Amino acid sequence: MHFEFKVQGGDFVRAGNASSQVKKILKQLNVDSSVIKRIVVALYEGEVNIAAHAFNGVIYVDIDTERIIIKLDDNGPGIPDINLAMQPGYSTASPIVREMGFGAGMGLPNIKDNTDEFKITSEVGKGTCLEILVNLKVNQEGV
Amino acid sequence: MKLKELVEYIGGSVVCCEECLDREVEFAFASDLMSDVLTVKSEKLLLITGLANIQAVRTAEMSDLQAIVFVRNKRVSEDMIRLAQENCIVLIEYPGTMFRVSGLLYSLGVKAVY
Repeated sequence: MHFEFKVQGGDFVRAGNASSQVKKILKQLNVDSSVIKRIVVALYEGEVNIAAHAFNGVIYVDIDTERIIIKLDDNGPGIPDINLAMQPGYSTASPIVREMGFGAGMGLPNIKDNTDEFKITSEVGKGTCLEILVNLKVNQEGV
Repeated sequence: MKLKELVEYIGGSVVCCEECLDREVEFAFASDLMSDVLTVKSEKLLLITGLANIQAVRTAEMSDLQAIVFVRNKRVSEDMIRLAQENCIVLIEYPGTMFRVSGLLYSLGVKAVY
C-alpha cells in the first residue's frame, strides 16, 4: 500500500493530519498498538518538523505485511550540522513553534528512538529528507 | 483508578467525552512541552498541561493518552473537542495550578512515569 500526504510549512492547525490518517490505517490492519504508537509518534515528530522548519513537504508511506517505510521529504532551509541537530536539547525552533509546545530539541532523537531504521540527509538551502522504517511484527521490534 | 473517581476528587470540569470516564489511569505526566510528552512510553497515562491548543490533543492522540487536564483556567476550543471526540480523549478543565493538581493526583495514588 502506498500513500502520500502534503504538509504545509507553518500550518500548525493541520500538522498531525497525516499521522492521524496513518494511525487509522494501521489500526485497520490490526497492527499491535505498541508498534502503532512507535510509528505515529515518530511520524508526528517528523510532520511537526516540516511544519516548524520547512516551506512545504511530502510524506510518502509504504506498508507491506512486514514493515512500514516512511519518507519525509521537505523543501526548506536544510540542516547545516546533522550531528548537532541529533543532540537532545539542541533546537533552532522559532518562538512561535515553542508556543505550540515544540522546539525542545527532542524531535530527531525521539524519532530515532522509536524506529528500527533511521536515515537523514540534508542540503542547506534545499531541504531535508528523513527515511524511517519500523517492523510491524512485535517480535521483530528493535531488530 | 477510573477517570471518573479522579475527576470527582480534583473537582475538574469534564468538557468532552464523558462516555469515556470509565477508563483506567495509572500514570500522570505534567508538561507544557509536547516534545517531552511524546517521549513518554507509559500506558494508561494522563497529561496535565497549561497548553490549550490543538497540538496538545494531537499529541494525546499519537501517544494514546486517556485524558488531558488543562490547568490554570485554560479553555478548551471547539476544534480541540472535535478532535478529542474522534479519539475518545477526555478533556478536563481545572482552575488551579499544575502543582496543585499534581499534588492531588499523587496523593490519590496516581504514579509518576519516572
